[in-house]
Amino acid sequence: MQTPDPSRIRTALADATFRAYREAAVRLPVDVLKVIGNAARAETNPVARGEFSNILQNIRAAGELGVPMCQDTGVPVIYLTIPPDVPLTQDLYDAVADGVRRATKEVPLRPNVVDPLTRHNSGDNTGEGMPAIHVKPGEQFTVTVLPKGAGAENMSRIAMLLPSQVDQIEKFVVETMYLAGSRPCPPVIIGVGIGGTFDGAAALAKEALLEPVDEMTAYEEELLAAVNRLGIGPMGLGGDFTALAVKVKTAGCHTASLPVAVNIQCWANRHATVEVKR
Amino acid sequence: MSGKVIQLRTPLGPEVLELHAGDRVELSGLVFTARDEAHLRMQKEGIPFDPKGAVIYHCGPVIQDKRVIAAGPTTSARMNELSGFLFEKGVRGLIGKGGMGATVREQLKGRGVNFAFTGGCAALASSHMTLMDVFFEDLGMAEAVWAIELDRLPLVVGIDAHGNDIFDAARDHADAAFRSYPGKPPHGR
Repeated sequence: MQTPDPSRIRTALADATFRAYREAAVRLPVDVLKVIGNAARAETNPVARGEFSNILQNIRAAGELGVPMCQDTGVPVIYLTIPPDVPLTQDLYDAVADGVRRATKEVPLRPNVVDPLTRHNSGDNTGEGMPAIHVKPGEQFTVTVLPKGAGAENMSRIAMLLPSQVDQIEKFVVETMYLAGSRPCPPVIIGVGIGGTFDGAAALAKEALLEPVDEMTAYEEELLAAVNRLGIGPMGLGGDFTALAVKVKTAGCHTASLPVAVNIQCWANRHATVEVKR
Repeated sequence: MSGKVIQLRTPLGPEVLELHAGDRVELSGLVFTARDEAHLRMQKEGIPFDPKGAVIYHCGPVIQDKRVIAAGPTTSARMNELSGFLFEKGVRGLIGKGGMGATVREQLKGRGVNFAFTGGCAALASSHMTLMDVFFEDLGMAEAVWAIELDRLPLVVGIDAHGNDIFDAARDHADAAFRSYPGKPPHGR
């Protein structure tokens, strides 16, 4: 096995990050398109049907024009998979930031990243701890970009339930969407993290958004049906589809704990994965 | 509502009083973007365009090379307590997302309507738009007032001039559904 050249890795990862960001901002994954299309056909409320029609036309227009589908192009959430021969160094983090800066200029993306206290905007979508980068080992070298817009992210919640409250998880998920109402641009996709730790549950909830949304377990279907009984509908105008899918990820937790995190995502469940060619 | 799409052109006149919540509308003609900062500036310095029959779009667009690149709606509720002066000067319509509060619902009675445009549909919006002019450009791209010519932008009437509000109807439905869970109610909506 050859030792990879660090400067080549940096260039290749930056390029892959740029391409994944552009793809994610402009085009939706196939499974997401499928659930939007299915819901558009099944929706019975005439006003909601009009909203679905706009959403489908918007997706088409963005693809044809090669422009972002929403003006909130989010903050960069990045998932890296690194194979055994790629060393985990600061270079990888810097390479991803390079790719984000290039995407901001060339896609173009709205500069959204600010200092949390001074609110100073860096202008290039990077900052302290931003992009948010999550790394895991694997066989292939890939980068996944999940641009997270604020409207839906702001409606997300976490609860440390009691171990005896497993049957209250549904209520917490439904309550989160009830409180959110029209604000996260429904129909939404809901990521639920159950178990792990306080921070771990939130990470699981976000990772759940990357899972295929066109297949659900019986438990996920139950949660989806419960959320849709709210009738908030597309954009809060009323309708059958408040949510398109619920995805759950779990992890082992303390016997005295039941962390539950709910990460809300608007209909534009944007993410794209690109292999890093080196 | 009926299946037909109503064609409207700005400046709007008394025809808006005949609209009903849930009606589908295609709007053409000049509209003006305004978010929080532009409302505050207009309250202080006056409205920089003719407000008679005008339509305000709650939107912070992305503009590049004098073209509208992306222009989806922002959350209208932020302007709940900032909009009264507009109706007094003759504004007949507000476009945005998510609906508005009871204050605006009252202010719209006998005067105008709140149109909903689909959240996130920035590319669709820009494909129906031509940029004409700008006011208060010093407020920055998102907060400036952009004068934009619309060509049949697909909207729905969210709140009509008779106090009907389909957002409120959907909220009532959600209230009832959520109340079916036993235990304490959540901390307000």
